[in-house]
Amino acid sequence: MKTDDVVRGIWRENPVLVQLLGLCPTLAVTNSVANSLAMGVATFFVLCGSSVLVSLVRKLVPNAVRISTFILIIATFVSIADMALEALVPGVHKALGAFIALIVVNCIILGRQEAFASRNTVSRSLMDAVGSGFGFMITLLLMGAVREVLGSGSFLGVPLFGKSYEPWVFMILPPGGFLTLGLLLLAKSWWHARQERAAAPAGAPKEAA
Amino acid sequence: MNGPPAPPASSPGRLVSTLAGAGALAGFLLVVAFQATQPTIAAHKEEMLKRAVLEVLREPARFEPLDVAGERVYAGYDAAGKRVGYAIVAAAPGFADTVKVIFGYDPVTRRLLGMKVLESKETPGLGDKIEQEPFVREFEGAMTPLAGVKGGGAGEGIDMITGATISSRTVIGIINRALERLGPVLEREEARG
Repeated sequence: MKTDDVVRGIWRENPVLVQLLGLCPTLAVTNSVANSLAMGVATFFVLCGSSVLVSLVRKLVPNAVRISTFILIIATFVSIADMALEALVPGVHKALGAFIALIVVNCIILGRQEAFASRNTVSRSLMDAVGSGFGFMITLLLMGAVREVLGSGSFLGVPLFGKSYEPWVFMILPPGGFLTLGLLLLAKSWWHARQERAAAPAGAPKEAA
Repeated sequence: MNGPPAPPASSPGRLVSTLAGAGALAGFLLVVAFQATQPTIAAHKEEMLKRAVLEVLREPARFEPLDVAGERVYAGYDAAGKRVGYAIVAAAPGFADTVKVIFGYDPVTRRLLGMKVLESKETPGLGDKIEQEPFVREFEGAMTPLAGVKGGGAGEGIDMITGATISSRTVIGIINRALERLGPVLEREEARG
């Protein structure tokens, strides 16, 4: 089922909130919404491009050199994304610094190639990449929104609270990233725990604890 | 190993040709992307530099690059063709990574015209104030060599940022060292006219 390939990556197997992959960029670049968005879009592009290409060549690539080939494909898309960002949004490109180039070593991307794209058809692989890419992007945007609103008192650079608001600078520094990520993880597991409890039929005998 | 039986090994030729093919495709894609984006990137960089030079020389009518003691500086001229000063780019390690600044200098009065931070990764909320208003203002018309002062007050000297002493000192140090190197040369240049 194709929609399931998408939804799985966004929610049930969200790369950051469930698989806990890609935490390095999640913590490092989410100090503003604009940075989060650029990082999310760049990763989304690399993931979709790589998944389609890997899926296309999956029967041609011998097993022994498959990882090298995947990394080569991923690195190519990352370099293209890097150049495109520098040409289109130089300010954001400067703010993201080395983290664009480091998408190459983002486990989310190689993970999807190994676990999915190298074994499935092109259309399913694209759907899977779209799901995981959106899952990553949404998580980054959540982090970025919380941190920028509290830490800089603005959203996408637009001041929200007027001059009297003293920005909670802690939130745009690294500790604020850890705190925000922790709270998001807490919310996600709390939600899942509640769903599981609701799914268990009321009055049914409890499993032995 | 107890895993499933390994698939039959491919011939070395097959492995090499696969990687070579993937490499060639990657190279081709990179060249296309580079060709497509390069002019825009170069134009952006030139535009950024131009804006920075105009800003630190207080909007001269025109400016032109000049090589002084092996370094590239930008000489600014007013509408009458009189030289108003030089814009100098210099860098040094700050609190986090390299800080790169451009500043305008007038060798006649030995005062700064302006300062702008081109690159810095100083701590957000503390060190990054070196890029912002009150601190940048301190450099306009400041007497060189620069001296950092704490606690503010009137008079000469750069009022350093509370909580960002290292970042403040870095900027002051970059400018002082650049002028130690270039100041005398620029003064001689100026004397010659």
